[in-house]
Amino acid sequence: MTDTPAEQSAAPRGWYKRNEIAVTPWLFLAPAILFFAFYVIWPIYQSIMISFYDWDGLGEARFIGMDNYVELMDDGAFEVSLWNNLKWLLFYLLAIPGGLFIALFLNQTVTGIRIYKSLFFFPFVLSQVVVGLVFSWFYLPNEGLLNGVLGLVGLGPVNVLGDPTLATYGIIAAGLWPQTAYCMILYLTGLNAVDPEQIEAGRLDNAKGWKMLWYIIIPQLKPATFIAFVVTIIGALRSFDLISIMTNGGPFGQTRVLSFYMFEKALSEYGFRMGYGAAIAVVLFLIMLVFITYFLWSMWKEEKAR
Amino acid sequence: MRFTTKSMLMALAGSTMLASSATAELSGDLKIFLDTSNPAPRATMEKMIADFGAEHPGLNIETTVIDREAYKTQIRNFLTADSPDVATWYAANRMGPYVNAGLFEDVSDLWAEPAIADNLASTKGAMTIDGKQWGVPYTYYQWGIYYRKDIYEELGLNEPANFDEMKSNCQAILDSGRKCYTIGTKFLWTAGGWFDYLNMRTHGFDFHMELANGGVKWTDDRVKQTFANWRELIDMGAFVDNHQNYSWQESLPFIVNGEAAAILKGNFAVAPLREAGLDDSKLDFYQFPEITPGIALAEDAPTDTFHIPANASNKEAAREFLRFVVSANVQTEINNGANLGQLPVNAGSAVDNDKFLNEGFTMLSENSPGGVAQFFDRDFPAEMAAEAMQGLQEFMVFPDNLDDILKRLDKVQERVYK
Repeated sequence: MTDTPAEQSAAPRGWYKRNEIAVTPWLFLAPAILFFAFYVIWPIYQSIMISFYDWDGLGEARFIGMDNYVELMDDGAFEVSLWNNLKWLLFYLLAIPGGLFIALFLNQTVTGIRIYKSLFFFPFVLSQVVVGLVFSWFYLPNEGLLNGVLGLVGLGPVNVLGDPTLATYGIIAAGLWPQTAYCMILYLTGLNAVDPEQIEAGRLDNAKGWKMLWYIIIPQLKPATFIAFVVTIIGALRSFDLISIMTNGGPFGQTRVLSFYMFEKALSEYGFRMGYGAAIAVVLFLIMLVFITYFLWSMWKEEKAR
Repeated sequence: MRFTTKSMLMALAGSTMLASSATAELSGDLKIFLDTSNPAPRATMEKMIADFGAEHPGLNIETTVIDREAYKTQIRNFLTADSPDVATWYAANRMGPYVNAGLFEDVSDLWAEPAIADNLASTKGAMTIDGKQWGVPYTYYQWGIYYRKDIYEELGLNEPANFDEMKSNCQAILDSGRKCYTIGTKFLWTAGGWFDYLNMRTHGFDFHMELANGGVKWTDDRVKQTFANWRELIDMGAFVDNHQNYSWQESLPFIVNGEAAAILKGNFAVAPLREAGLDDSKLDFYQFPEITPGIALAEDAPTDTFHIPANASNKEAAREFLRFVVSANVQTEINNGANLGQLPVNAGSAVDNDKFLNEGFTMLSENSPGGVAQFFDRDFPAEMAAEAMQGLQEFMVFPDNLDDILKRLDKVQERVYK
């Protein structure tokens, strides 16, 4: 008569049953962790390892320690690429205020506003390759629209993409066109969520114009600003296609950024230096790491504050 | 890396018979990778492969055509991983990395066969590294100055025979409100053509190759002399403005519209120029004129090639295919005006009856005693070429930066040739 149901359930349970609470989350996480490790962590590790070798991608790899990095320190082209990356990071951020002001301008109810909004959003839908082509025609030294307009106001012809000092700014301006549209959309959705009561309250306190914008509207747009900042920084660091289309890194390498230089050294027609390319990639990764850390840190702070 | 007039004439005098070896019937698969992605060359190659297939019905041929630019990077992957049996590539130093990595099959045995030894002697040097041959050529073309005959006639100019005439012609053209030469240096290599010719005309073929092989410093006074000659043209304003913005194709409208009188280019420029409306009464060709008197003239004539990857699985069939490609009849056929429109590599082949092909063939076989180079980015190691061409472009835009550029190139040279 000892065979009661109560005793049966007291019998030793399986290992999984005993550890269910602890194990289950890890089981759910496992696929993501595996893929992340395999496609992100492992390649990062490999890139760092390759950067210590002299390897043409075909023959034997030769360990050379920090030599690739020592060479980078003394490489004029690398220095130019690094500065250009900084220019991109700095001037690409203009997309955020630009997007904000267009969003404020479009945040009104008139007939056909949806059409205007879509027209402003249009460049973001275009492929970067098309944007690059359109702008390189726009900048053409003789036939281009830009010089046509400059000619009307009596300014001499300027060869934006052929001038080593101007070319990078010319490409950034092209990149700003779709990026501003992107930021605009982020702010437009953000403006929908602005609390009308706070605006009302601000009005009662006689706030208007710039003060209203700075103290009432912008603080409420903080989430949108954060996302706009993240996508713009990422966009600036990935500025590869526009450069490839508009100048191919030229004139004489003056518009290269790190990602483009890495591609040229390791993977392009004349590139045979996997180790050197990997070293450039590691430097680029370190720069990105600064921003990634900042993003993660601010998101973590946000979570904690809740 | 060169083929001399002597060897070329010997080859011409040699047998024009094609000894087609009647080997045992071939079977199995034959995988062919091609970079001839432009419509006309693609059709030519596909037709040629179909003909080869018809001769060998037991063979299952699989052809893959890859975009010409993408091919240049993909070749590194497919040679190591999933090898075809036959692949296209370029002669001279451009095959160096793959030869050194042991990825191309040594085909010296083919070159020992009389059908190839006697008829292809002129290109043997370009296919040789370390005393062995690593592939066979299937086409090549001349470089030279293509000019607007009607503009020259209008100004009463003749084809220049030396540098002084070249400059005085240019001055006359400039005075008529045109530019002398169009060029588009956005993708850099076009400037390499100018350097090739100026250097080979100033100091000769052997000096040029010494520089290519790292035997001469870029800061050498002789190299500076070459740049000084170049600078004379630049300071005259001989080249179109803003050439750093244009690809070579985008630089063609200048010559088509008569804003520039000439272009230094390979024979592949003829087709687009003809299509744009320049017929033979308006377009003509001359050999790059002499600069230093007494220096033997040498030419650029890039050669495109077929190779057998070392990891190929059907090497017997691949060898038969290579024999087929270089045979006199096939060479005559694929290089004629309706197909590739270039020069056949087999001395027994006929050159198509085309003004430019004939002029080019005569020039290369009779008036190129100095030797024949492949092209800047094929003769110089890839890394040196990439840095140097960038420097050449910078020099063309800012000639004053020359000393700085040459010092930089010396540094690269030290690393590349160690």
